[in-house]
Amino acid sequence: MNAPTISISGLRKAFGETTVLDGVDLEVQRGEIFALLGSNGAGKTTTVSILATLLLQDAGTAAVCGFDTTQDADRVRERISLTGQFAAVDKILTGHENLVLIAKLRSVPDPGQVADRLLEQFALTDAGSKRVATYSGGMTRRLDIAMSLVGSPEVIFLDEPTTGLDPQGRLEVWLTIKALAGGGTTVLLTTQYLDEAEQLADRIAILHQGRIIVEGTLAELKKLLPPAKKEYIEKQPTLEEIFLSVIGAPGAGASAAATPAGTPAEVGPE
Amino acid sequence: MKTLNDTVVLFGRSMRHIQRSPDTIITVAIMPIAMLLLFVYVLGGAIKTGSDSYVNYLLPGILLIAVATGISYTAVRIFGDTKEGIIARLHSMPVSRSAVLWGHVLTSLVSTALSLVVIFAVALLMGFRTSAGIGSWAAVAGILALFTLALTWLAVIPGLTASSIDGASAFAYPLIFLPFISSAFVPTDTMPGPVRFFAEHQPVTAIVGSIRNLFRDVPVGTDLWIALAWCVGGALIAYFFAMRVYRKVR
Repeated sequence: MNAPTISISGLRKAFGETTVLDGVDLEVQRGEIFALLGSNGAGKTTTVSILATLLLQDAGTAAVCGFDTTQDADRVRERISLTGQFAAVDKILTGHENLVLIAKLRSVPDPGQVADRLLEQFALTDAGSKRVATYSGGMTRRLDIAMSLVGSPEVIFLDEPTTGLDPQGRLEVWLTIKALAGGGTTVLLTTQYLDEAEQLADRIAILHQGRIIVEGTLAELKKLLPPAKKEYIEKQPTLEEIFLSVIGAPGAGASAAATPAGTPAEVGPE
Repeated sequence: MKTLNDTVVLFGRSMRHIQRSPDTIITVAIMPIAMLLLFVYVLGGAIKTGSDSYVNYLLPGILLIAVATGISYTAVRIFGDTKEGIIARLHSMPVSRSAVLWGHVLTSLVSTALSLVVIFAVALLMGFRTSAGIGSWAAVAGILALFTLALTWLAVIPGLTASSIDGASAFAYPLIFLPFISSAFVPTDTMPGPVRFFAEHQPVTAIVGSIRNLFRDVPVGTDLWIALAWCVGGALIAYFFAMRVYRKVR
Protein backbone atom coordinates (compact mmCIF):
# COMPACT_ATOMS: atom_id res chain seq x y z
CA MET A 1 0.00 0.00 0.00
CA ASN A 2 1.36 3.39 -0.99
CA ALA A 3 1.29 6.41 1.26
CA PRO A 4 -2.07 8.19 1.07
CA THR A 5 -2.28 11.08 -1.40
CA ILE A 6 -4.11 13.24 1.11
CA SER A 7 -3.66 12.81 4.84
CA ILE A 8 -5.10 14.95 7.56
CA SER A 9 -4.66 14.37 11.25
CA GLY A 10 -6.02 16.16 14.28
CA LEU A 11 -6.98 19.19 12.24
CA ARG A 12 -8.48 22.05 14.24
CA LYS A 13 -9.61 25.47 13.18
CA ALA A 14 -11.63 28.14 14.93
CA PHE A 15 -12.76 31.53 13.67
CA GLY A 16 -12.91 33.70 16.75
CA GLU A 17 -15.18 31.93 19.22
CA THR A 18 -16.61 29.54 16.65
CA THR A 19 -14.92 26.17 16.38
CA VAL A 20 -15.24 24.94 12.81
CA LEU A 21 -12.92 21.92 12.76
CA ASP A 22 -12.64 19.99 15.98
CA GLY A 23 -10.04 17.32 15.27
CA VAL A 24 -10.49 15.95 11.76
CA ASP A 25 -8.61 12.83 10.62
CA LEU A 26 -8.80 11.71 7.02
CA GLU A 27 -6.89 9.71 4.41
CA VAL A 28 -7.51 9.62 0.68
CA GLN A 29 -5.73 7.13 -1.57
CA ARG A 30 -4.41 7.85 -5.05
CA GLY A 31 -7.01 7.79 -7.82
CA GLU A 32 -9.95 7.79 -5.44
CA ILE A 33 -13.02 9.98 -5.61
CA PHE A 34 -13.59 10.89 -2.01
CA ALA A 35 -16.71 12.75 -0.92
CA LEU A 36 -16.83 14.91 2.17
CA LEU A 37 -20.49 15.03 2.99
CA GLY A 38 -22.01 17.53 5.37
CA SER A 39 -24.60 20.21 5.83
CA ASN A 40 -23.90 23.93 5.55
CA GLY A 41 -21.38 25.09 8.12
CA ALA A 42 -20.08 21.58 8.81
CA GLY A 43 -16.51 22.66 7.96
CA LYS A 44 -16.18 21.28 4.43
CA THR A 45 -14.90 24.47 2.82
CA THR A 46 -12.54 25.11 5.74
CA THR A 47 -11.01 21.64 5.27
CA VAL A 48 -10.57 22.19 1.54
CA SER A 49 -9.10 25.67 2.06
CA ILE A 50 -6.47 24.29 4.44
CA LEU A 51 -5.58 21.53 1.96
CA ALA A 52 -5.36 24.08 -0.87
CA THR A 53 -2.89 26.18 1.21
CA LEU A 54 -5.35 29.09 1.45
CA LEU A 55 -5.88 28.86 5.19
CA LEU A 56 -3.69 28.00 8.17
CA GLN A 57 -4.97 25.51 10.73
CA ASP A 58 -4.77 26.15 14.48
CA ALA A 59 -3.58 22.62 15.22
CA GLY A 60 -2.99 19.30 13.49
CA THR A 61 -1.36 18.55 10.15
CA ALA A 62 -2.44 18.30 6.55
CA ALA A 63 -0.33 16.83 3.77
CA VAL A 64 -0.88 16.39 0.05
CA CYS A 65 1.31 13.97 -1.95
CA GLY A 66 3.54 13.76 1.12
CA PHE A 67 4.11 17.51 1.37
CA ASP A 68 2.97 19.50 4.38
CA THR A 69 0.51 22.25 3.43
CA THR A 70 2.14 24.80 5.71
CA GLN A 71 5.85 23.91 5.42
CA ASP A 72 5.90 22.97 1.74
CA ALA A 73 3.02 25.09 0.41
CA ASP A 74 4.77 25.71 -2.92
CA ARG A 75 5.27 21.99 -3.59
CA VAL A 76 1.64 21.34 -2.68
CA ARG A 77 0.47 24.08 -5.07
CA GLU A 78 2.38 22.45 -7.92
CA ARG A 79 0.37 19.26 -7.43
CA ILE A 80 -3.14 20.46 -6.69
CA SER A 81 -5.93 22.36 -8.25
CA LEU A 82 -8.89 23.99 -6.55
CA THR A 83 -12.36 24.50 -7.93
CA GLY A 84 -13.94 26.65 -5.27
CA GLN A 85 -17.54 26.91 -4.19
CA PHE A 86 -18.18 29.81 -6.54
CA ALA A 87 -16.78 29.57 -10.05
CA ALA A 88 -13.56 31.59 -10.09
CA VAL A 89 -13.44 32.43 -13.77
CA ASP A 90 -12.69 35.71 -15.48
CA LYS A 91 -16.06 36.74 -16.93
CA ILE A 92 -14.63 39.46 -19.16
CA LEU A 93 -12.31 37.01 -20.93
CA THR A 94 -13.47 34.25 -23.27
CA GLY A 95 -13.41 30.59 -22.25
CA HIS A 96 -10.34 30.03 -24.40
CA GLU A 97 -8.53 33.01 -22.88
CA ASN A 98 -9.29 31.79 -19.36
CA LEU A 99 -7.71 28.42 -20.12
CA VAL A 100 -4.69 30.00 -21.83
CA LEU A 101 -4.21 32.29 -18.81
CA ILE A 102 -4.03 29.34 -16.43
CA ALA A 103 -1.79 27.37 -18.81
CA LYS A 104 0.67 30.26 -19.02
CA LEU A 105 0.72 30.67 -15.24
CA ARG A 106 1.32 26.94 -14.84
CA SER A 107 4.10 27.16 -17.46
CA VAL A 108 2.46 24.46 -19.57
CA PRO A 109 3.95 24.18 -23.05
CA ASP A 110 1.71 25.23 -25.97
CA PRO A 111 -1.11 26.94 -23.98
CA GLY A 112 -3.32 27.49 -27.03
CA GLN A 113 -3.42 23.80 -27.90
CA VAL A 114 -4.04 22.81 -24.27
CA ALA A 115 -6.99 25.24 -24.21
CA ASP A 116 -8.43 23.85 -27.46
CA ARG A 117 -8.21 20.29 -26.21
CA LEU A 118 -9.91 21.06 -22.90
CA LEU A 119 -12.68 23.06 -24.58
CA GLU A 120 -13.35 20.03 -26.77
CA GLN A 121 -13.26 17.64 -23.81
CA PHE A 122 -15.81 19.77 -21.95
CA ALA A 123 -18.07 20.36 -24.98
CA LEU A 124 -17.29 24.07 -24.95
CA THR A 125 -15.60 24.38 -28.34
CA ASP A 126 -18.37 26.55 -29.81
CA ALA A 127 -18.51 28.75 -26.72
CA GLY A 128 -14.72 29.02 -26.50
CA SER A 129 -14.50 32.33 -28.32
CA LYS A 130 -17.39 33.92 -26.40
CA ARG A 131 -17.02 35.88 -23.20
CA VAL A 132 -17.74 33.85 -20.08
CA ALA A 133 -20.33 36.45 -18.98
CA THR A 134 -22.64 34.96 -21.66
CA TYR A 135 -22.31 31.35 -20.37
CA SER A 136 -24.99 29.41 -18.48
CA GLY A 137 -24.30 28.24 -14.93
CA GLY A 138 -23.48 24.71 -16.10
CA MET A 139 -21.12 25.95 -18.80
CA THR A 140 -19.33 28.27 -16.37
CA ARG A 141 -18.87 25.40 -13.93
CA ARG A 142 -17.55 23.14 -16.68
CA LEU A 143 -15.06 25.80 -17.71
CA ASP A 144 -14.13 26.22 -14.05
CA ILE A 145 -13.38 22.49 -13.76
CA ALA A 146 -11.58 22.51 -17.12
CA MET A 147 -9.33 25.29 -15.78
CA SER A 148 -8.50 23.04 -12.84
CA LEU A 149 -7.28 20.33 -15.21
CA VAL A 150 -4.72 22.49 -16.98
CA GLY A 151 -1.29 21.01 -16.34
CA SER A 152 -2.80 17.70 -15.15
CA PRO A 153 -2.58 18.18 -11.38
CA GLU A 154 -2.39 15.02 -9.29
CA VAL A 155 -5.12 16.11 -6.89
CA ILE A 156 -8.27 18.09 -7.55
CA PHE A 157 -10.42 19.69 -4.87
CA LEU A 158 -14.00 20.34 -5.86
CA ASP A 159 -15.89 22.39 -3.31
CA GLU A 160 -19.64 21.89 -3.80
CA PRO A 161 -19.28 21.58 -7.55
CA THR A 162 -23.00 21.40 -8.32
CA THR A 163 -24.48 23.84 -5.81
CA GLY A 164 -26.68 26.33 -7.63
CA LEU A 165 -26.86 24.38 -10.89
CA ASP A 166 -30.06 23.27 -12.60
CA PRO A 167 -30.59 19.47 -12.93
CA GLN A 168 -29.11 19.37 -16.42
CA GLY A 169 -26.01 21.33 -15.41
CA ARG A 170 -25.64 19.01 -12.44
CA LEU A 171 -25.62 15.92 -14.64
CA GLU A 172 -23.06 17.49 -16.96
CA VAL A 173 -20.75 18.10 -14.02
CA TRP A 174 -21.27 14.59 -12.65
CA LEU A 175 -20.25 13.05 -15.97
CA THR A 176 -17.18 15.26 -16.00
CA ILE A 177 -16.10 14.18 -12.53
CA LYS A 178 -16.59 10.49 -13.33
CA ALA A 179 -14.39 10.88 -16.39
CA LEU A 180 -11.69 12.51 -14.24
CA ALA A 181 -11.30 9.64 -11.87
CA GLY A 182 -10.92 7.26 -14.80
CA GLY A 183 -7.73 9.15 -15.63
CA GLY A 184 -6.09 8.39 -12.27
CA THR A 185 -6.59 11.82 -10.73
CA THR A 186 -7.37 11.92 -7.03
CA VAL A 187 -10.54 13.89 -6.40
CA LEU A 188 -11.72 15.25 -3.06
CA LEU A 189 -15.18 16.67 -3.43
CA THR A 190 -17.44 18.26 -0.88
CA THR A 191 -21.19 18.15 -1.16
CA GLN A 192 -24.33 18.58 0.86
CA TYR A 193 -26.29 16.31 -1.49
CA LEU A 194 -26.51 12.69 -0.45
CA ASP A 195 -27.28 11.48 -3.96
CA GLU A 196 -24.21 13.27 -5.28
CA ALA A 197 -21.91 11.44 -2.89
CA GLU A 198 -23.72 8.19 -3.69
CA GLN A 199 -23.35 8.71 -7.45
CA LEU A 200 -19.73 9.78 -7.58
CA ALA A 201 -17.70 8.70 -4.62
CA ASP A 202 -15.59 5.59 -4.01
CA ARG A 203 -15.50 6.51 -0.36
CA ILE A 204 -17.56 8.89 1.72
CA ALA A 205 -16.89 10.68 5.01
CA ILE A 206 -19.61 12.48 6.90
CA LEU A 207 -18.43 15.68 8.51
CA HIS A 208 -20.67 16.92 11.28
CA GLN A 209 -19.97 19.76 13.71
CA GLY A 210 -16.28 19.77 12.89
CA ARG A 211 -15.69 16.01 13.22
CA ILE A 212 -15.76 13.03 10.88
CA ILE A 213 -18.49 10.88 12.35
CA VAL A 214 -18.44 8.01 9.85
CA GLU A 215 -16.23 7.06 6.96
CA GLY A 216 -16.19 4.23 4.43
CA THR A 217 -17.50 2.96 1.12
CA LEU A 218 -21.18 3.28 0.39
CA ALA A 219 -21.60 -0.44 1.10
CA GLU A 220 -19.86 -0.05 4.45
CA LEU A 221 -22.01 2.92 5.38
CA LYS A 222 -25.14 0.99 4.47
CA LYS A 223 -24.13 -1.77 6.88
CA LEU A 224 -24.37 0.74 9.71
CA LEU A 225 -28.10 0.67 9.34
CA PRO A 226 -30.40 -2.26 10.13
CA PRO A 227 -30.55 -4.74 7.21
CA ALA A 228 -32.73 -3.68 4.33
CA LYS A 229 -36.36 -4.70 4.43
CA LYS A 230 -38.08 -5.73 1.24
CA GLU A 231 -41.18 -3.73 0.43
CA TYR A 232 -42.98 -3.63 -2.85
CA ILE A 233 -44.04 -0.19 -3.92
CA GLU A 234 -45.07 1.19 -7.26
CA LYS A 235 -42.22 3.26 -8.63
CA GLN A 236 -43.41 6.72 -9.61
CA PRO A 237 -41.11 8.79 -11.82
CA THR A 238 -39.51 11.65 -9.93
CA LEU A 239 -40.13 15.16 -11.11
CA GLU A 240 -36.45 15.34 -12.08
CA GLU A 241 -36.82 12.33 -14.40
CA ILE A 242 -39.94 13.83 -15.92
CA PHE A 243 -38.21 17.18 -16.40
CA LEU A 244 -35.19 15.62 -18.05
CA SER A 245 -37.16 13.32 -20.32
CA VAL A 246 -39.51 16.11 -21.41
CA ILE A 247 -36.63 18.41 -22.36
CA GLY A 248 -34.77 15.46 -23.93
CA ALA A 249 -31.55 16.16 -22.07
CA PRO A 250 -28.51 14.05 -22.86
CA GLY A 251 -27.35 12.01 -19.90
CA ALA A 252 -30.86 11.79 -18.47
CA GLY A 253 -30.08 8.16 -17.63
CA ALA A 254 -27.51 9.26 -15.05
CA SER A 255 -30.19 10.66 -12.82
CA ALA A 256 -29.80 9.54 -9.25
CA ALA A 257 -33.16 7.85 -9.07
CA ALA A 258 -32.85 6.08 -12.39
CA THR A 259 -29.55 4.26 -11.86
CA PRO A 260 -28.65 2.05 -8.95
CA ALA A 261 -25.86 3.53 -6.92
CA GLY A 262 -22.36 2.53 -7.89
CA THR A 263 -23.08 1.42 -11.44
CA PRO A 264 -21.72 3.63 -14.14
CA ALA A 265 -24.29 5.82 -15.83
CA GLU A 266 -25.14 5.10 -19.42
CA VAL A 267 -24.84 8.18 -21.46
CA GLY A 268 -26.35 8.71 -24.86
CA PRO A 269 -25.46 6.66 -27.89
CA GLU A 270 -21.66 6.90 -27.48
CA MET B 1 12.00 34.85 -13.34
CA LYS B 2 8.74 33.15 -12.46
CA THR B 3 7.64 36.41 -10.82
CA LEU B 4 8.44 38.37 -13.98
CA ASN B 5 6.68 35.85 -16.22
CA ASP B 6 3.59 35.77 -14.00
CA THR B 7 3.50 39.57 -13.74
CA VAL B 8 3.59 39.90 -17.53
CA VAL B 9 0.82 37.29 -17.95
CA LEU B 10 -1.43 38.89 -15.32
CA PHE B 11 -0.70 42.39 -16.62
CA GLY B 12 -1.78 41.17 -20.07
CA ARG B 13 -4.97 39.84 -18.57
CA SER B 14 -6.06 43.04 -16.86
CA MET B 15 -4.98 45.20 -19.81
CA ARG B 16 -7.35 43.07 -21.87
CA HIS B 17 -10.11 44.06 -19.44
CA ILE B 18 -9.30 47.72 -20.14
CA GLN B 19 -9.20 47.07 -23.86
CA ARG B 20 -12.66 45.42 -23.67
CA SER B 21 -14.15 48.31 -21.71
CA PRO B 22 -12.25 51.38 -22.88
CA ASP B 23 -14.91 53.49 -21.16
CA THR B 24 -12.73 53.12 -18.03
CA ILE B 25 -10.13 55.37 -19.68
CA ILE B 26 -12.80 57.87 -20.78
CA THR B 27 -14.68 57.86 -17.44
CA VAL B 28 -11.44 58.63 -15.64
CA ALA B 29 -10.70 61.49 -18.03
CA ILE B 30 -14.19 62.99 -18.28
CA MET B 31 -14.56 64.60 -14.85
CA PRO B 32 -11.12 66.26 -14.92
CA ILE B 33 -11.87 67.51 -18.46
CA ALA B 34 -15.21 68.95 -17.29
CA MET B 35 -13.35 70.75 -14.48
CA LEU B 36 -10.77 72.01 -16.91
CA LEU B 37 -13.56 73.48 -19.09
CA LEU B 38 -15.46 74.90 -16.12
CA PHE B 39 -12.47 76.58 -14.53
CA VAL B 40 -10.88 77.87 -17.71
CA TYR B 41 -14.02 79.19 -19.42
CA VAL B 42 -16.31 80.07 -16.49
CA LEU B 43 -14.42 80.73 -13.28
CA GLY B 44 -10.88 81.25 -14.54
CA GLY B 45 -11.44 84.81 -15.75
CA ALA B 46 -11.95 85.93 -12.17
CA ILE B 47 -8.92 84.08 -10.80
CA LYS B 48 -5.65 85.99 -10.62
CA THR B 49 -2.76 83.57 -10.84
CA GLY B 50 -0.03 85.84 -12.10
CA SER B 51 0.29 83.44 -15.04
CA ASP B 52 -0.46 84.61 -18.57
CA SER B 53 -2.63 81.57 -19.36
CA TYR B 54 -4.96 79.97 -16.83
CA VAL B 55 -5.05 76.62 -18.67
CA ASN B 56 -1.25 76.46 -18.32
CA TYR B 57 -1.64 77.19 -14.61
CA LEU B 58 -4.45 74.69 -14.05
CA LEU B 59 -3.44 71.63 -16.08
CA PRO B 60 -1.00 70.05 -13.55
CA GLY B 61 -3.67 70.01 -10.82
CA ILE B 62 -6.22 68.53 -13.22
CA LEU B 63 -3.78 65.75 -14.08
CA LEU B 64 -3.43 64.86 -10.39
CA ILE B 65 -7.23 64.72 -10.04
CA ALA B 66 -7.29 62.29 -12.97
CA VAL B 67 -4.66 60.09 -11.30
CA ALA B 68 -6.71 59.98 -8.07
CA THR B 69 -9.81 59.03 -10.09
CA GLY B 70 -7.93 56.40 -12.07
CA ILE B 71 -6.60 54.52 -9.06
CA SER B 72 -10.10 54.11 -7.62
CA TYR B 73 -10.70 51.77 -10.58
CA THR B 74 -7.59 49.83 -9.60
CA ALA B 75 -9.10 49.30 -6.15
CA VAL B 76 -12.34 48.16 -7.80
CA ARG B 77 -10.49 45.67 -10.05
CA ILE B 78 -8.60 44.17 -7.09
CA PHE B 79 -11.83 44.07 -5.09
CA GLY B 80 -13.52 42.19 -7.97
CA ASP B 81 -10.72 39.60 -8.12
CA THR B 82 -10.93 39.08 -4.37
CA LYS B 83 -14.73 38.70 -4.34
CA GLU B 84 -14.88 36.42 -7.39
CA GLY B 85 -12.33 34.04 -5.92
CA ILE B 86 -9.75 34.72 -8.63
CA ILE B 87 -7.12 35.71 -6.07
CA ALA B 88 -7.84 32.49 -4.13
CA ARG B 89 -7.52 30.47 -7.35
CA LEU B 90 -4.17 32.11 -8.15
CA HIS B 91 -2.97 31.58 -4.58
CA SER B 92 -3.74 27.86 -4.73
CA MET B 93 -1.57 27.67 -7.87
CA PRO B 94 2.21 27.84 -8.21
CA VAL B 95 1.96 31.54 -9.06
CA SER B 96 4.23 34.21 -7.63
CA ARG B 97 2.32 36.08 -4.93
CA SER B 98 3.74 39.48 -5.65
CA ALA B 99 2.99 39.05 -9.36
CA VAL B 100 -0.73 38.93 -8.52
CA LEU B 101 -0.51 42.51 -7.23
CA TRP B 102 2.13 43.81 -9.63
CA GLY B 103 -0.08 42.83 -12.58
CA HIS B 104 -2.72 45.22 -11.24
CA VAL B 105 -0.19 47.90 -10.34
CA LEU B 106 1.29 47.98 -13.86
CA THR B 107 -2.21 48.08 -15.35
CA SER B 108 -2.98 51.03 -13.10
CA LEU B 109 0.12 52.89 -14.34
CA VAL B 110 -0.62 52.24 -18.00
CA SER B 111 -4.36 52.95 -17.92
CA THR B 112 -3.85 56.14 -15.91
CA ALA B 113 -1.22 57.25 -18.41
CA LEU B 114 -3.72 56.70 -21.24
CA SER B 115 -6.31 58.87 -19.45
CA LEU B 116 -3.69 61.58 -18.95
CA VAL B 117 -2.89 61.55 -22.66
CA VAL B 118 -6.60 62.13 -23.45
CA ILE B 119 -6.67 65.10 -21.03
CA PHE B 120 -3.46 66.49 -22.55
CA ALA B 121 -5.04 66.40 -25.99
CA VAL B 122 -8.06 68.36 -24.75
CA ALA B 123 -5.82 70.87 -22.97
CA LEU B 124 -3.82 71.41 -26.17
CA LEU B 125 -7.07 72.19 -28.01
CA MET B 126 -7.91 74.65 -25.24
CA GLY B 127 -4.67 76.53 -25.77
CA PHE B 128 -2.25 74.82 -23.40
CA ARG B 129 1.30 75.55 -24.55
CA THR B 130 4.66 74.49 -23.18
CA SER B 131 8.24 75.28 -23.98
CA ALA B 132 9.45 72.16 -22.17
CA GLY B 133 12.31 70.21 -23.74
CA ILE B 134 12.69 66.43 -23.72
CA GLY B 135 14.38 66.43 -20.33
CA SER B 136 11.55 68.40 -18.72
CA TRP B 137 8.91 66.20 -20.37
CA ALA B 138 10.66 63.12 -19.02
CA ALA B 139 10.73 64.71 -15.57
CA VAL B 140 6.99 65.48 -15.75
CA ALA B 141 6.23 61.90 -16.85
CA GLY B 142 8.45 60.59 -14.05
CA ILE B 143 6.72 62.65 -11.35
CA LEU B 144 3.26 61.65 -12.59
CA ALA B 145 4.29 57.98 -12.72
CA LEU B 146 5.66 58.13 -9.17
CA PHE B 147 2.52 59.88 -7.93
CA THR B 148 0.36 57.22 -9.64
CA LEU B 149 2.53 54.46 -8.16
CA ALA B 150 2.16 55.86 -4.63
CA LEU B 151 -1.62 56.20 -4.92
CA THR B 152 -1.91 52.77 -6.60
CA TRP B 153 -0.23 51.00 -3.68
CA LEU B 154 -2.57 52.92 -1.41
CA ALA B 155 -5.52 51.71 -3.54
CA VAL B 156 -4.41 48.09 -3.09
CA ILE B 157 -5.38 48.27 0.59
CA PRO B 158 -9.13 49.02 0.15
CA GLY B 159 -9.11 46.72 -2.90
CA LEU B 160 -8.10 43.80 -0.67
CA THR B 161 -10.08 44.72 2.44
CA ALA B 162 -13.29 46.50 1.36
CA SER B 163 -16.57 44.72 1.98
CA SER B 164 -18.43 46.41 -0.86
CA ILE B 165 -17.58 47.85 -4.26
CA ASP B 166 -18.57 51.33 -3.03
CA GLY B 167 -16.19 51.01 -0.12
CA ALA B 168 -13.42 49.98 -2.50
CA SER B 169 -13.77 53.17 -4.55
CA ALA B 170 -14.87 55.68 -1.87
CA PHE B 171 -11.39 56.02 -0.36
CA ALA B 172 -10.37 57.96 -3.47
CA TYR B 173 -12.76 60.88 -2.85
CA PRO B 174 -10.54 62.72 -0.34
CA LEU B 175 -7.61 62.23 -2.73
CA ILE B 176 -9.62 63.68 -5.61
CA PHE B 177 -10.49 66.64 -3.38
CA LEU B 178 -6.93 67.27 -2.18
CA PRO B 179 -5.91 69.51 -5.13
CA PHE B 180 -8.71 71.97 -4.25
CA ILE B 181 -6.94 72.83 -1.00
CA SER B 182 -3.61 73.49 -2.67
CA SER B 183 -2.15 75.86 -5.22
CA ALA B 184 -3.62 73.74 -8.05
CA PHE B 185 -6.58 76.05 -8.77
CA VAL B 186 -5.62 79.36 -7.13
CA PRO B 187 -2.45 80.70 -5.52
CA THR B 188 -2.41 80.09 -1.78
CA ASP B 189 -1.78 83.71 -0.64
CA THR B 190 -5.49 84.65 -0.39
CA MET B 191 -6.32 81.66 1.86
CA PRO B 192 -6.87 82.18 5.63
CA GLY B 193 -3.92 81.20 7.86
CA PRO B 194 -4.57 77.56 8.82
CA VAL B 195 -5.94 76.62 5.37
CA ARG B 196 -2.96 78.28 3.74
CA PHE B 197 -0.60 76.42 6.04
CA PHE B 198 -2.21 73.09 5.10
CA ALA B 199 -2.24 73.99 1.40
CA GLU B 200 1.42 74.91 1.37
CA HIS B 201 2.55 71.82 3.24
CA GLN B 202 0.58 69.11 1.51
CA PRO B 203 2.07 67.14 -1.40
CA VAL B 204 -0.16 68.49 -4.19
CA THR B 205 1.21 72.05 -3.99
CA ALA B 206 4.81 70.91 -4.36
CA ILE B 207 3.99 68.44 -7.16
CA VAL B 208 1.82 70.93 -9.06
CA GLY B 209 4.46 73.65 -8.64
CA SER B 210 7.20 71.37 -9.98
CA ILE B 211 5.20 70.28 -13.02
CA ARG B 212 4.18 73.88 -13.79
CA ASN B 213 7.78 75.06 -13.72
CA LEU B 214 8.97 72.10 -15.80
CA PHE B 215 6.38 72.99 -18.45
CA ARG B 216 7.49 76.64 -18.39
CA ASP B 217 11.07 75.44 -18.66
CA VAL B 218 12.18 77.54 -15.70
CA PRO B 219 14.26 76.25 -12.75
CA VAL B 220 12.08 74.15 -10.44
CA GLY B 221 13.97 74.85 -7.23
CA THR B 222 13.32 72.96 -4.02
CA ASP B 223 9.72 72.15 -4.99
CA LEU B 224 10.98 69.25 -7.07
CA TRP B 225 12.80 67.64 -4.15
CA ILE B 226 9.81 68.08 -1.87
CA ALA B 227 7.56 66.58 -4.58
CA LEU B 228 9.91 63.62 -5.07
CA ALA B 229 10.17 63.07 -1.33
CA TRP B 230 6.37 62.96 -1.04
CA CYS B 231 5.97 60.59 -4.02
CA VAL B 232 8.80 58.20 -3.17
CA GLY B 233 8.10 58.28 0.56
CA GLY B 234 4.37 57.84 -0.02
CA ALA B 235 4.95 54.96 -2.44
CA LEU B 236 7.24 53.15 0.02
CA ILE B 237 4.90 53.59 2.98
CA ALA B 238 1.82 52.59 0.96
CA TYR B 239 3.73 49.56 -0.43
CA PHE B 240 4.73 48.51 3.09
CA PHE B 241 1.18 48.64 4.42
CA ALA B 242 -0.34 47.11 1.28
CA MET B 243 2.06 44.14 1.52
CA ARG B 244 1.25 43.79 5.20
CA VAL B 245 -2.44 43.52 4.40
CA TYR B 246 -1.70 41.20 1.45
CA ARG B 247 0.36 38.81 3.55
CA LYS B 248 -2.70 38.16 5.70
CA VAL B 249 -4.55 37.01 2.59
CA ARG B 250 -3.15 33.51 2.35
